[in-house]
Amino acid sequence: MKRTDMSPDGNGSGGLAARGALSIRDVVKTYDPEGVNVMAVDHCSMEIAPGEFCMIVGPSGCGKTTLLNAIAGFHSITSGEIVLDGKLLCGTGKPMAAQGADRIVVFQNGALFPWKTLAENVAYGPMVQRVLSKRDALEKAHEMLAEAGLGEFGGKYPGEVSSGMARRAEIVRALINKPKVLLLDEPYRAMDGLTKSIMHEALLEVYDRTKVTIFFITHDLEEAIFLGDRVYVLTTRPCRLKKVVNVDIPRPRNYEVLSSEQFRLLFDETKDAVHEEAIKAFQLGERELA
Amino acid sequence: MHQVVPAGDFQVTPRATPNRLARAWYQLKKTAKSPTPYLTVFGILLWLFVYWLLCEGLKLPRFVKLPGPVTVLSQWLSPNPEQGISIFTPEYYQHIYVSCRRIFIAFCIATSIGVPLGLVMGWSRTFRDYTFSILEVLRPIPILAWVPLAILMFSGYETPVIFLATLASLFVTTLNTMLGVQSIDEVYFRAAGCLGSSRWDVFRHVVVPGALPFIFTGLQISIGVAWFSLVAAEMVSGDFGLGYLILSSYVNGVTVPMVIAMLTLGFVGWFTSAMVRFVGNRLMQWHARALTLQGR
Amino acid sequence: MASVGEVSPIGVAPSRGSFLLRTLGRRELWRGLVAVTVFLILWEVGSRSKEWSGYTLPYVGLLPPPSDVAVAWSKVLMKWGYWESWYQSFKRVLTGFIAAQIIGIPFGLMLAVNKYFRDIFFPPFEVLRPIPPLAWVPASLIFWPTNELSIAFVTFLGAFFTIVINVLGGARTIDVRYLRAAQSMGANNWDLFWRIILPGILPSIFTGAAVGMGITWEVVVAAEMISSGGTQGGGGLGFFIWNSYMGGSMPQIVVGMISIGIAGYLSSSIIRMIGNRVMPWRNLF
Repeated sequence: MKRTDMSPDGNGSGGLAARGALSIRDVVKTYDPEGVNVMAVDHCSMEIAPGEFCMIVGPSGCGKTTLLNAIAGFHSITSGEIVLDGKLLCGTGKPMAAQGADRIVVFQNGALFPWKTLAENVAYGPMVQRVLSKRDALEKAHEMLAEAGLGEFGGKYPGEVSSGMARRAEIVRALINKPKVLLLDEPYRAMDGLTKSIMHEALLEVYDRTKVTIFFITHDLEEAIFLGDRVYVLTTRPCRLKKVVNVDIPRPRNYEVLSSEQFRLLFDETKDAVHEEAIKAFQLGERELA
Repeated sequence: MHQVVPAGDFQVTPRATPNRLARAWYQLKKTAKSPTPYLTVFGILLWLFVYWLLCEGLKLPRFVKLPGPVTVLSQWLSPNPEQGISIFTPEYYQHIYVSCRRIFIAFCIATSIGVPLGLVMGWSRTFRDYTFSILEVLRPIPILAWVPLAILMFSGYETPVIFLATLASLFVTTLNTMLGVQSIDEVYFRAAGCLGSSRWDVFRHVVVPGALPFIFTGLQISIGVAWFSLVAAEMVSGDFGLGYLILSSYVNGVTVPMVIAMLTLGFVGWFTSAMVRFVGNRLMQWHARALTLQGR
Repeated sequence: MASVGEVSPIGVAPSRGSFLLRTLGRRELWRGLVAVTVFLILWEVGSRSKEWSGYTLPYVGLLPPPSDVAVAWSKVLMKWGYWESWYQSFKRVLTGFIAAQIIGIPFGLMLAVNKYFRDIFFPPFEVLRPIPPLAWVPASLIFWPTNELSIAFVTFLGAFFTIVINVLGGARTIDVRYLRAAQSMGANNWDLFWRIILPGILPSIFTGAAVGMGITWEVVVAAEMISSGGTQGGGGLGFFIWNSYMGGSMPQIVVGMISIGIAGYLSSSIIRMIGNRVMPWRNLF
């Protein structure tokens, strides 16, 4: 069990400047179900700077979620290493990272505990790590929910609120623990366009405020360029890094960015790269990995 | 700084939900307007009529041996029943009390062993591998087949009877609890893990609440099964209780108490099951509310 | 799986490894065998506690030991009466069970499909359902001319209620989208029933059948014990147990119990196998 550092000065190893530097070096992941080798990730490498908003795009089933799972500690890796702020998460001799509140995941279909209210959900992290007492944690949870515009809904259950609100609450649940990396696995995939754009603006606002490192997996290229600092394009399974697109659009961004010339250029650049890979994936026709 | 929902200029007020009383009244009005309640009454009256017709009206050959609704009701409600049992006789309540007490004990024991056992079995693969096989070997044996062993192992009348009801309940509760834990979506375990939970936190905040819906379904089934086994056990080796009453009435040739006992059993069985369901709904507000929103 | 740990990968064709080797290699199987063996050893030691130490363990010490049970079983396998009990019980189970399916499935379907039918006939059904089937035994004995018929009736009741409830529940869960899809392709009501509703309910029918089978065995054994096996022919396995108890041969009691357990398990397995053949699409999930 890892304790997140709730003190204002950041952790001991290098201070705020080094918070959230994620280094993925030559990672390989092979599955071995019933004797047949399946390679999901093939020598993938990325260097993610602290505070970077990085987007991972690639065709369905290419292995991006596997990568995220490896960082979060849900999977082991076969070879290579993943390093966070100079500390080894997983690598030779330690195939699986420990799960911990320094890398918190926001899941695709939402993972707010249905049996806890939104406020209880948000308060869960600090309470369970013994950083705050239950009462203080709930108070702080209500505060943060109010900041995110969800103040009225703290006492409601996830089954009673819309998916947009639930997803925002889930992000608050992650952020209350001041993680080093926020891992988002296609969180807005199941939403309609209007809700999505509100979600984007909310996320940008949060990012501008906290500058947490974000590792965001998506299919949606517009979303990728609108939100991210860098877009990493992956190949089809087994995935490796195909191309990195630097998004130089200044922050803070709003929806007017979408119609700018720069955006269009970046979009076309990324689209060509992804399109090739998408065609290959389509021809393979396999059922997507989760 | 870019704000999405300006907290302050306007408040987002959620839709006002009408209070409980208003909602109940609305439901009542809606039901009264639909044909359902009238058909229900009609259905029950139809059944009672056919029952009366067969046993007392037409006095058909086999049916005449069984007491019809008029006989049963008149005896049930009379202060001086011919065949010994009515709502005015203390023996009636004695039998009900004895059966209910046995069920209560059996259910409590079975739940307090079965739920923790099931939770651990569902959660820990190792534990499950070792214990599930024993459960699956013993489960297919019908409960009544245990009667002779129960008589051998335990002395007296009460204990074997309670043992059998407990055993039946235990299998059901354990199995359903285990399935309940296994039904919890993996994603909740992962979420809890990456928020810094210890194993105990996961057990307390994910496993137990997540399995609760299945546990309560299992408890409803287990109470039904407990009644089933209790009645059987009472018939075979009891000295009081509704099951015993049925059998002894039959043996002594008095059919009305037999039918009274059957109907009482039905009612009490339904009532205890409804109580379990009620407690379940209160404990799982989140589940009940989500279901109503889905329109079920 | 319910543990904080690895996820299982999907999307790959199964290998052609030998079925036997793969089964033998499975951890759960070995652990299960170990558990059962330990259980048997504890039982043996516990039940022989009086012989070996002079002190009788409570409860366990009064049971017949597994070694005696094994011996009794080998003896009884030679006797014709044992196998006839099997036959008698199976006969009763099958008649009651099949009757319950024949009447119960259409009744359940009618309840599911027609709202008026349901409003009229469901309430009396629900009033009678909580009454345990065994409570019907004496009434049944009075009503039916023979013991066999009374047992068959009670068996029928037990399975009947279960199958109807399951069919009803299954009908509710048929996704309305399937019905709409069929309608938009031009299906009439008859088509809807035979091609969408019926196959959609099949899983519930088989679940209801499997559960009903378990209940049927419970009822048959109980009925056999209560009515002392019936007059014609042999008594069935329930009677076999009761007889062994009355005759004082304790190990035989356990033989009977295990036999019934096996019989019940076999019946449920057969139902499951039939279910798998009839519903090949189920295994792909």
